Amino acid sequence: MPTIRSIEELKNLRAEAQKVKEMRNQTGKIQVIVGMGTIGIASGARETLKAILNFIEENQLADIILRQTGDLGFTGQDPVVKVIFPDEHEVVYGKVNPDQARKIMQEHVIDGDVVQELLIRE
Amino acid sequence: MRELSLHILDIAENSISAGATCVEIKVKRDILNDELWISVKDNGKGMDEDLTKMVTNPFVTTRTSRKVGLGIPMFKQAAESCKGYLTIRSQLGQGTEILARFQNSHINRMPLGNLSDTFLSLLLATPNVNWVFSYQINDVIFNFDDAEVKEAMDPLHLTDYRVISYLTNTIQNGINEVNQAVKGEINANN
Repeated sequence: MPTIRSIEELKNLRAEAQKVKEMRNQTGKIQVIVGMGTIGIASGARETLKAILNFIEENQLADIILRQTGDLGFTGQDPVVKVIFPDEHEVVYGKVNPDQARKIMQEHVIDGDVVQELLIRE
Repeated sequence: MRELSLHILDIAENSISAGATCVEIKVKRDILNDELWISVKDNGKGMDEDLTKMVTNPFVTTRTSRKVGLGIPMFKQAAESCKGYLTIRSQLGQGTEILARFQNSHINRMPLGNLSDTFLSLLLATPNVNWVFSYQINDVIFNFDDAEVKEAMDPLHLTDYRVISYLTNTIQNGINEVNQAVKGEINANN
């Protein structure tokens, strides 16, 4: 535990802890799945998955379950990202590059708004 | 594929699809003999003799969603274009081992690329497989087995930010240390 030297530091710490807590409450056990078939990999699925890992790390998320799987079966849409909410509602996004993966994480997984322009199935 | 490490990721996906609970990936560069070896060995369901012979043909796949499987044929072609070869040893019910050899300095050899991202993608996003990685240049070697980590981090899951952070550092440092040790002899990113 780092030593807190001023009231400002204490406030910062509290704000940070609060932010993390809020994110956890909002996210619950959301699953994010990246399709890693041969075509997915050739289309950049590894970089898409890495961007999601980086997002989780930077935003200190503890409750997202990230998985990869084989071909998700959406021909011509790779890289494909599927988001499954705790109520089993599933949303599938297509042609997801690393920047768009971060957008999905922020706008949909954290804030709860579907990213319409990348949607292939809801 | 633009990098050999993407081929490795793709071949390892086959192991996962074959129901493997343990997958061992080795990358070994022998500068003196000008060789690069890549092997992926799993304990999945394996293939019979006929299927083992057929999988290097691009029109064979076990998947039902599409009829064409390109992963192994593309990897084989990459090896053969570098005075190398690809062999498959498989036994039904026992597992499969894919071994590829490349002439390390061959002009056609694609770069190894981001091996740590390939290892991390497999390790972090496929928690029910025991991953064993090794990366070697000459006699300098980095070995990683995720069994110990998985036991130590319980009950956190693998994509908890603290676990991601720890494993990213471990894998990246391990690979970098091997590259640094032989710096000057080869271009590490190639």
